[in-house]
Amino acid sequence: MAMTETLQQELIKDLLLESHEGLDRLDRDLLSLEQGQGGSTSMNNIFRVIHTLKGTAGCLGLSRIEHTAHAGENLLSLLRDGALVITPEMITSLLALSDALRGMLRTLEATGNDGTADHSALLANLEKLQIIPDPATAAPAPAPEKATFGLFSDDEPAALAAAPAAPVPAPVAVATAPAPLPTVAHVAPVAPVAPPPAPVPAVVAPVHGSGDAAEGSAKSSVADNAIRVDISQLDKVMNLVGELVLARNQIIANTTQFDQAALMTASQRLNIITTELQESVMKTRMQPIGNVWGKFPRIVRDVSHELHKKVRLIMEGQSTELDRTIIEAIKDPLTHIVRNSIDHGIESAEKRRAAGKAEEGLLSLRAYHEGGQVNIEIMDDGGGINLERVKAKAISQNLLTAERAAALSEREALNLIFLPGLSTAEKITNVSGRGVGMDVVKTNIEKIGGSIDLQTQPGQGTTLKIKIPLTLAIIPALIVTSGGDRYAIPQVSLLELVRLEGAQARKGIEQLYGTSVYRLRGQLLPLAYLNQQFKCAAGSKNAGGTQDDVINIIVLQADGRPFGLVVDEINDTEEIVVKPLGKQLKGITTFAGATIMGDGRVALILDVVGLAQHANVVTETRDRTVTDDKSRTADDADQRQTLLLFTVGQDRRMAIPLSLAARLEEFPLTRLERTGALNVVQYRGQILPLIRVADHVAGRVTPEAPADILQVVVYSDQGRSYGLIVSQINDIVDEAVTIKRSAASQGILGSAVVQGKVTDLLDVPGIIRLAETTPVQSAA
Amino acid sequence: MSSNNQFCTFYVDGLFFGVDVLRVQEVIRFQEMTRVPLASSMVSGLINLRGQIVTAIDLRRRLALTDRASDQLPMNVVVRTDDGAVSLLVDEIGDVLEIDESTYERPPETLTGAARQIVLGVYKLKDRLLLIIDADQVVDLHGKAAATAA
Repeated sequence: MAMTETLQQELIKDLLLESHEGLDRLDRDLLSLEQGQGGSTSMNNIFRVIHTLKGTAGCLGLSRIEHTAHAGENLLSLLRDGALVITPEMITSLLALSDALRGMLRTLEATGNDGTADHSALLANLEKLQIIPDPATAAPAPAPEKATFGLFSDDEPAALAAAPAAPVPAPVAVATAPAPLPTVAHVAPVAPVAPPPAPVPAVVAPVHGSGDAAEGSAKSSVADNAIRVDISQLDKVMNLVGELVLARNQIIANTTQFDQAALMTASQRLNIITTELQESVMKTRMQPIGNVWGKFPRIVRDVSHELHKKVRLIMEGQSTELDRTIIEAIKDPLTHIVRNSIDHGIESAEKRRAAGKAEEGLLSLRAYHEGGQVNIEIMDDGGGINLERVKAKAISQNLLTAERAAALSEREALNLIFLPGLSTAEKITNVSGRGVGMDVVKTNIEKIGGSIDLQTQPGQGTTLKIKIPLTLAIIPALIVTSGGDRYAIPQVSLLELVRLEGAQARKGIEQLYGTSVYRLRGQLLPLAYLNQQFKCAAGSKNAGGTQDDVINIIVLQADGRPFGLVVDEINDTEEIVVKPLGKQLKGITTFAGATIMGDGRVALILDVVGLAQHANVVTETRDRTVTDDKSRTADDADQRQTLLLFTVGQDRRMAIPLSLAARLEEFPLTRLERTGALNVVQYRGQILPLIRVADHVAGRVTPEAPADILQVVVYSDQGRSYGLIVSQINDIVDEAVTIKRSAASQGILGSAVVQGKVTDLLDVPGIIRLAETTPVQSAA
Repeated sequence: MSSNNQFCTFYVDGLFFGVDVLRVQEVIRFQEMTRVPLASSMVSGLINLRGQIVTAIDLRRRLALTDRASDQLPMNVVVRTDDGAVSLLVDEIGDVLEIDESTYERPPETLTGAARQIVLGVYKLKDRLLLIIDADQVVDLHGKAAATAA
């Protein structure tokens, strides 16, 4: 008996998993049918989903699900066989069916049975739609239907009142149906014919509650907790684990004998295996963002119908992959933004026509990788954000004073959107306007280490840009020491490192009413001393910051504003595993967590935004960003450039602007792989094509001695990365460069004198073009 | 009081304390700690317990007693809480004692300060008093008990 019960539970779990996926697919297929795409393939898919669900539910004795699915199947089989032609009202009803089924599945998951929610109105509707339209027969139809369905609606005939039992979008779908469609409007009165008896609401209420509970604790839901992993990916992980065990055995064997050379080899192997294992396991957690977006066509349809707007949804980059936890975390914020864009952003068809735009609004979602992060852009071509109205709203809600509002920069005013309690909707709608929106979105995105940026053009639209890390668990970080303790700074917030020595250190830092500032390329950079912030006893070094010979400034970005953090020592970059802090330390905003270092000791991870706030280096004065832009252009006019100097071949000195180098890396020769004509390495979850500069550059290059470690300059352009193999990285210099000789030879922009020596300026895009057309000769 | 009468005992500033043995995950000797700037003075630091990061709370400071001499290394009593393991720094570890329920008494009304919330009761042993502490209260630095201690 216990055996069969477990089996039943297992089967129900499988059913839940499959059905949630199936129903999501069904929604998509229905929507593509509605848009006149998909054809018979979509129809067959829809039919299969409903049919499978009906069959499985029947086997498990879930009669309510079975009957509901059955009603849909009848209609679908007529549609599939071509006896009926699909109409918008059918699509609406079928979507309502999908919601009803989802609701029952959710109840099933929460309570173990398929619930008591009544869907007779929906069933009647589905039955009615099966009748080949004929005005004469349509009218008397309701009566016999009710009788038929009385058979399996148990003893609780209920009306539309039961509809709330279906998950949230259901009432929307049902409610919108009557308005534009006269045929359905005729059906609607059918439901109330059955007088809702007193006990019904009582029965319905708990179901509704449990449905909500299931939705609230979405994380515990079966479908959300499971993950489908490519079997070859799992095989790879298994192999690596095997190798890891071997390497461990070697190390154990060697520690007893202590053979240094063998231990060294074993630890190198261990290093390689661990890295690969880490990447592989991370890949198994990677999911395409399309998994979240899959729901959007449906949401856009429902919301735009409700608001009587016409919206076309375009999605790009669905295959962009993100860690599962992050996908979970951005689901709700993204949904909110999409709803918001339709509600506030896109105007009604009449308004759009008056403004000379196409009646159909455009909402586009775009996701792409950039610099180890994922960017998501949500763009609409609506009315944009009226800053004056935002300000007026904020003033009327006492969020700021009128004088303060008048002094706000455009960017600051725009950021008011993210204030808790502010809503710009003229009236509160079902969709948005309750003022619990963008601030929550922003907090949620920041919680996972992301940032959100808003741009708007009055009359032309609004673009929201979200940047989020690829993964939460393991992040690259810079390790620094201050006051004798080590701290990790997430690399995402790192802009650059500045080291002041000797005279520079003594004079570089200026005081401004007690605050320290540093002139970074002509801009004042506010400084915070980590030792002072953390009230460390501050070792001998950098106590006051001015009298010592070396000052390390880490330029960080918090809330879009740079600031400098002065630390005693900058150690190295490391991939760290983020671990949470206990609740005793939750109140401290300057730490984002902790990690365990190679020597087994704990190091704290700095929360850059929290630290900046603690040190008061980022305040409200964001107006400066405007001047930032101006001075930057002025800077460009100046010929001073920061150059990365390197050697190609044995002695050819070359340089590129440092801004072109995304990172400098070293790859052991063993990691080199080949695809087609290119040498590649696996790099941060991507394939990085390697280009040997010496092979493509014009002029004589004396080949250097082959090395085991390749020196690579990583260059990124529009999401594509390339690795340029050089023989040695020499220096980074800040010099006024004037090109002395403009050489139009291949791969070279010209020559200049840098540090008193003639140096060729490499044409990076040119070299990449060359490399992609000429095959490589040698492996390395 | 729980039905379990076994207590893991330890000494803090000359006082004899006990905590329900079922709440104790393990007892370990002194561990290197990482200081947490800006944290409450009751938090001594973070220790690495086999890859898990555990907050160490100095019981002397938690109970508003005098600070330990700088040459005296504390021991860790790691207790399980709803929020993961937390280490309590104590001076010295005693035995696990099984105690007769009849010797139990509520703490005297005159007990005030931080100890009021933390000490659940007292067992009158033959030669000394055993103070039983509440593991949940002692790790809750933001609760009512903490406010009075600070």
